[in-house]
Amino acid sequence: MTSVVLVLRPLEFFLTQYKRVWRGSAVTTVITPIVYLLALGVGLGVFVDRSADLAAGVSYLEFVAPGLMAATAMQIASFESSWPVLSAIKWDRQYHAMLATPLRVRDVMLGHQAYFAFRLFLTATIYLIIITAFGAIESPLGVLAVPVTVLVGLSFSAPIAAWAAHAQNEVSFVAIFRFVILPMFLFSGTFFPISSLPTPLEVLAWFTPLWHGVTLCRDLTLGTVSWGDLGHLAYLVGFVTVGLLLARMTYRKRLWV
Amino acid sequence: MSSNGTPLIQARNLVKRFDDFVAVDSIDFDLQRGEAFGFLGPNGAGKTSTMRMIGCVSPVTEGSLTVLGLDPARDGSKIRARLGVVPQQDTLDMELTVRENIVIYGRYFGLSRKDLGPRADELLDFVELTDRANDKVEPLSGGMKRRLTIARSLVNDPEVLLLDEPTTGLDPQARHVVWDRLYRLKRQGVTLLLTTHYMDEAEQLCDRLVVMDRGKIVAEGSPRDLIERYSTREVVELRFDDGSRPDDLTYWTDGLVDRVEMLPDRVLLYTPDGDAATHGLHERGLVPESVLVRRSTLEDVFLHLTGRSLIE
Repeated sequence: MTSVVLVLRPLEFFLTQYKRVWRGSAVTTVITPIVYLLALGVGLGVFVDRSADLAAGVSYLEFVAPGLMAATAMQIASFESSWPVLSAIKWDRQYHAMLATPLRVRDVMLGHQAYFAFRLFLTATIYLIIITAFGAIESPLGVLAVPVTVLVGLSFSAPIAAWAAHAQNEVSFVAIFRFVILPMFLFSGTFFPISSLPTPLEVLAWFTPLWHGVTLCRDLTLGTVSWGDLGHLAYLVGFVTVGLLLARMTYRKRLWV
Repeated sequence: MSSNGTPLIQARNLVKRFDDFVAVDSIDFDLQRGEAFGFLGPNGAGKTSTMRMIGCVSPVTEGSLTVLGLDPARDGSKIRARLGVVPQQDTLDMELTVRENIVIYGRYFGLSRKDLGPRADELLDFVELTDRANDKVEPLSGGMKRRLTIARSLVNDPEVLLLDEPTTGLDPQARHVVWDRLYRLKRQGVTLLLTTHYMDEAEQLCDRLVVMDRGKIVAEGSPRDLIERYSTREVVELRFDDGSRPDDLTYWTDGLVDRVEMLPDRVLLYTPDGDAATHGLHERGLVPESVLVRRSTLEDVFLHLTGRSLIE
């Protein structure tokens, strides 16, 4: 039996579960980008475009839209991989049901990540359609921002799931959101270039997967890709890989005792 | 149903350790096909740890364990494909319907949705949950959830059904419904392996059982064997008013009963003939608050073997 087949089975469970709530989730997925783009891209953009010079001919809306897309992926992935993972271990115990069957710990872990990837793909696709409707896409390469956004999400869901499988309770999740996710949302180049940050913070931002994701998405939607973007891609792939290895370790330690 | 000599499950010097704590301390047992086999013991005896190793969800620390002729360390996935598991703590999904819970569980085994439709109906009928098929699991009673877990565990037509404390936490009526279903499965030839700390459950369901205490097996046999070996046919239970209980009953019981157990709330006298012993006590002038003559149970076996009650 190939591993892929075994990974699809937990995925099917999470999709079945998602089917029960997809309507509410879909409304949020569509409304959120519209509200953000109107408020920041259009509203704030009027002031920014009057005073700042981002790059030749790039409006603030075009600048901020791909950033928001990547940042939203980070938020969804972080939420989905914290409480729900701990719950599947500790409260609702769905992982334990799976592990009593032919499924193995790694199938369960990867199946859940596959579900995150599915959710991220859905969100990214809707985001891209809405950004296009706002006229903020400069290049057909922008389509590639969808898989990149999925990758950005996974670079959070993998390490956070690894942490959640290690955590004894949910207390640390609030701290992660307050001290990691929120600052990254604000200071990783989503709303303004990190070159405006004080140097130590700028250096710090280089290491965040979100900055690499935002930059890559922006280069794709603006059509300003360069060889340097392969570096961003490699960083994200590396981050996801390390995250998955960590998750495999902590899942095993927690569930195979 | 006939046993072909090769045990379905075989353990030799099986050990489970968590850091310094020894949960299972070198136990041996065999399970034959078609048999209903039980682990009887109090909480913390090592029953669940043993079950989890057999269910291939927990690694063996030391010793050997063979399940369905395979090695859990190497073939866990293959073994689990042929087992049915009713865990101590429910793992049902509360948000899905009763029916969806069975179907999705069947999908974990790779069964097709087409086959799972009729299979789910059949299983829901077996556990009498057909009229709740499309309800969410969350509002179901504890007994119904247990029955659903049992139905779910049968989805892959398992060769052995592992039940960890199948009726713990249920009210007496719900327990009897569960026992009835398990009894039917047993009659259909399903091999049952269960843990329990209820002696009546063990007596009702098990052909053979082992008594576990502090990680070790302290006795093995059929319920009747064990009672014959470690207890007497009858037991006289004496209760006394506060303060009126003598510290030493030897004067009254000497030569009248085989053995005396002094428990905090009552005194147990072991004897082949309870009525004769009661009569003798009266003649010697012992006046307890109440006297009850009953048959020996596995509880008495356990008390004799370990000096402690099963349920404290």
